[in-house]
Order: sequence, then structure tokens, then C-alpha cells
Amino acid sequence: MAIKDYLRQKFFPHMWCPGCGHGIVLNSMLRAVEELGFSKNEIVMVSGIGCSSRISGYVDFHSLHTLHGRALAFATGVKMSQPELNVIVPMGDGDALAIGGNHFIHAARRNIAMTAVVMNNRIYGMTGGQYSPLSGYGAIATTAPYTNIDHDFDIVELSKAAGATYVARTTTYHAQQMTKILKEAILHDGFSVVEVLTQCPTYFGRKNKLGSAADMMEYYKKNTTPIGSKAKAENPDLLERGVFVRKDLPEYCSEYDKVIETAMKGRS
Amino acid sequence: MTDGNIKFVQGNEACVEAALYAGLDFFAGYPITPSTEVAEHMSYRLPQIGGKFIQMEDEISSICAIIGASLTGHKVMTATSGPGFSLMQEGLGYAIMAEIPCVIVNVMRGGPSTGLPTAPSQGDVYQARWGAHGDHAIIALTASNHQDVFSITVDAFNMAETYRTPVILLFDEVIGHMRERLTIPEPGEIPVVGRLRTSVKAGIDYHPYLPREDGRLPMSDFGGQHRYNVTGLVHDMWGFPSNNPSVVHGLLRHLVDKIKNNVDTITRYKEYYLEDARTILISYGSSARSALHIVENRRARGERLGLLELQTIWPFPYGLVEEKCEKARHIVVVEMNMGQVLRAVKRAVHHPERVVLANRIDGVFITPTDIKNILRLIQGKGV
Repeated sequence: MAIKDYLRQKFFPHMWCPGCGHGIVLNSMLRAVEELGFSKNEIVMVSGIGCSSRISGYVDFHSLHTLHGRALAFATGVKMSQPELNVIVPMGDGDALAIGGNHFIHAARRNIAMTAVVMNNRIYGMTGGQYSPLSGYGAIATTAPYTNIDHDFDIVELSKAAGATYVARTTTYHAQQMTKILKEAILHDGFSVVEVLTQCPTYFGRKNKLGSAADMMEYYKKNTTPIGSKAKAENPDLLERGVFVRKDLPEYCSEYDKVIETAMKGRS
Repeated sequence: MTDGNIKFVQGNEACVEAALYAGLDFFAGYPITPSTEVAEHMSYRLPQIGGKFIQMEDEISSICAIIGASLTGHKVMTATSGPGFSLMQEGLGYAIMAEIPCVIVNVMRGGPSTGLPTAPSQGDVYQARWGAHGDHAIIALTASNHQDVFSITVDAFNMAETYRTPVILLFDEVIGHMRERLTIPEPGEIPVVGRLRTSVKAGIDYHPYLPREDGRLPMSDFGGQHRYNVTGLVHDMWGFPSNNPSVVHGLLRHLVDKIKNNVDTITRYKEYYLEDARTILISYGSSARSALHIVENRRARGERLGLLELQTIWPFPYGLVEEKCEKARHIVVVEMNMGQVLRAVKRAVHHPERVVLANRIDGVFITPTDIKNILRLIQGKGV
């Protein structure tokens, strides 16, 4: 199936700014689904609120555009009630880890099979450039006009600690790697987290003088490196990308099936 | 009916059994007094019938999870109390906007805030009505004994499906925790409304938010043949976000009218000795038990007292209250708050000055004596 057949073309044009990285994420995501050969009816995309979350409206899957931060909670209901569905949950960094932080760690802890894609542009774009829990110390935002004194999360470390059984990081510059990772994450039988560094030239880039969208992607190219590379050993400041965790642990819905089995036995 | 159908249970358990009778097979919740037994019984009973129970990380996620499960075609419920109900308002508004059938139980306790977790109150009447932001209509039901808890819970599921809306069950601590006899009806004894699904075939455009001629919106399960968008934003017939003024206006009117235009069908109530009553007590939930006690005692002495017990609190049955109270000289609203249903009753009747309140707000169950004291004042006998 052609990529455009996965889109709801009547809902275009999309609402993202010129240069926004989210379109690249959409592209990689659709390629992943296409390469996996899933039918559109097998996929539910659940999103929250923010620029990133509008992605669910543009795809021709079952799409659930929910409340700010709550996508994983809605997704938990979808998945647990109908485990044969593949659930993909695109979220922004503020959506997933500020207002949705609690749902994020608990979904990871349960190891319920779904793919959380954290589109990390380090800013609240939709409301106009306020600092997020991923902006980082020293960033400038419309709510940090002097400087941001909040320290940021490391999404990979947080996900690992919370119990996610698949954790990866990539960027919009590395679109092909992103497709590969997303494919693996979607197939993973457990809670998978994929952090994607995605540029917001309109707010984060402009406020922090990072140049154009292309400049920001160039930055991802120069400042990231594959996990365990020689370059990382030489320059510890580089951010690693690739798959950090790939574990095979009992999945939540399968575990609940065992609860049902026990309960039914006790009854008869 | 067999003896096995007769149980001696808490109201919370009666609610669980009724939900299962109505076809519930997914429950998400978070422990909170005095509703916790609902979750406990669900965790025990649901897997026995192949249903699913999940304890979420809070009340916010609990209501979100049931909305997600409702979209895959399941009948769903969550249960909570005061502070948890406050947290659920966001999800409640979503379910109203996206028109998702679901049932939310609020076993009321004293408030505001953490308040009186183990004591009875009926202070959430207006939070049930206006807790979610924005204009909307809501259905909230209640009951005063376990048999009625059972039937009103089945009603709640039926209304949720019929009107594609969240329905709130406003019980209180006394009803939730008190034990009394419950007879579980045989299957089919109380009608159960199933999910109305679209007859539109695969490959033909399905409009998830285009009402039929009768105002109902047939659904299509997530995972089924029709893929569509669900959002909490104002949306068009496709479920896609819109800020077109006529779409906004049409949707808001639809959300309110589908309930407002069916007040008579949604109204549930019981009446005792109203025909010739000069003094009418109006009550609901556990308070109505004390009210009924007084009415029956006074009737035995020949006094013309009657009771109107409301089971549908919202939409408020203004027409019914007006009609029933037409000839009453005194109307006494009996409730455990500072006059919440009282406010609605005053708006309903011709002579609001005839409406007085008999209440308790100190965490102690309102007794017949409390009501008797108010009656003495009305009759000029002093307390």
C-alpha cells in the first residue's frame, strides 16, 4: 500500500509549522506500519494534546485524540479490553512527561503492550513556546525569559527505571533508523518507548537561536552517535541513539488472561 | 426465583451485581472510601465471567481507561468518592463531548476536599451537574435501598447506551456500606439495552457523529470495519476537529437536547401518599429512608404527609415536582447537605416560600427525629 493510502487526505493540510519535525515522524511511522504489513483496522492510534498529538487525526487508523497527558491511560483501556489491537501512542514531551508523567511511569511498570512515541521538541509548541520538562537548564522559553532553571528528564533513563521493556532513542535526521526502531517497537510484546528528537524551529529554535529547521537537524546529526560508539568514548557529551533496552518479560494482558483462568477455575 | 438469588449485601456490592447483570465487562478504578468495595468486588467477579478489572494509578486514568474500553465495544464503569470524583471531571467532560457510553459511581462522602471519608453526605449534587466545564447536560441517578440500587444501576447502563453519554450514580456512604436484603432478578426480568452499532457496511462512509432521525448515534467498535476519529475538541460528523460556528452550535445543542428533550423518559421516582398530602417531603438516597419512616408514622396518626422520592436527580424533573407539589402547603426537602436539591425544588414550585430544608451536615446520618423537629417548627409547635 502506498504511504498516502494511510493518510486521511481530506483532513489535510496539516496544522504543523513549516520546518516542524513532526511530519518526518509521521512519515517514518507510516513506513514502519507499511513494512510490517498491518491492516489499517488492526491499529489504534491514541494521542493526547499538543502539536504532536494531532498526528492521530491525519492517519487512517482507529484514532483517539484524548486529553492532555492522558493518552496512555485511554490506551490502557483500549489495549486491555481488546488485546489483539496494536496500540501506538504518539505524545509530546510535555504531554508525556509533565502532565502525563504519572501515567507514563505506570504504563511502563505494567509492561502493557503498546508503543509510546515521545516526540521531544523540548518545548510546548501549541501554546506558544513555554518550557517543558525536557527544555533543560539554561534554555530560553516564553515562560523562562531570563533562563530556565528546571533540569530536564532523561527519557531513556526514566523509561528504563520505570520498567519499560523496550527503550530506544532516535532523531528526525535519522528517519530510516526511526522506521527501523518503530517497527521493532510496534512488534515488541510489552511496553515500548521511542524517544524522537524533533525540531521546533518556530519556538525552541527561534528562542534559543538554533537557526533554521535544517540547522536543527544538522545539530542532531553532529551531536548524536550510535550507542557505544568510539565517538562517544572520545566525546562523552554526545547523545547516544539506538536501542537501549530490549527485554522479554510477561506482558500485562497475557498476565490478566491467567487471572481469568484462575478465577474461572475457582468457580467451576 | 431460587434462594440463591437472595443475598445479604452492601449497597456497593448490589451495584456490582447490577452492573454485571447489565452486561458490564470492563472496570477501572482507584481505591477510595466509601466506594472501595465496588472495586474489590469487581476484581473478584469480573474475571470469573471473562471480564477485565484494572486498578489504575489514580481516578483520572481510571475514567480515561473505561472510555478507551467503551470504544472497543465494551460496557464499562468506574467507581469513586468525593475527591476522586473531582479528579474525574476532566474525563467526564471528555465522555460527554465524545459521546462515550459509560457509568461513573460516586459514593458520596463529606467534603469539601478530603473531608469526612467515612461519614455520609449528599454534597456532590451540583458537582455531578456542573463539575465538568462548559455547557452540557448530564444524567445522575440515585436510590435509597439495595433493590433500587440494583435496578437504577441497570437503568444507568441502559441510559448510557441509549443516549451515548456518561451516567452518574450518586450513592452515599450509608447506601454503599449498609447491608440489607437483595434479590437478584432473573435474566430478562429487567430489560438490558445493548450497544447500538451501525448497519453501514465496510467500504461505505460511516459518519460517527451524524445522528439518526431519532437522534441516536450508532457506534462502530474500534478494531472494526470503520476507522474514524474521536476527539474532545468540537468536531464535525466525521469526528474531526472544527471551529466552524454552525458546527459548534449544532454540536452543543445536540449534546444538551438529547437529554433535555427526554427528561420524562429519564425521570425515575417513587411516591408515597401524595394524593391528599398537605405536607410533602422530597428526598433521595439514604435520606429518603428517614423521610419515609416519618411519613408512615404520621399517616398512622391520620396526618396528611407524603413523600416524593427522587431517583433521577439530573436532569432535574422540574415538571414532575411542580405537578406533585401543586396542592401542598408545606414542602420539606430532606437531604444531607446545605440545600442542594432544595435549590432545584424552589425553582420548580409555584410557591418557593413554602419550601423548607430538613438537613444534617455534620457527618451524622439524618434521622426521623431531625425531620420531626422541622415539622414541629412548621406546625408552630416549637422544637
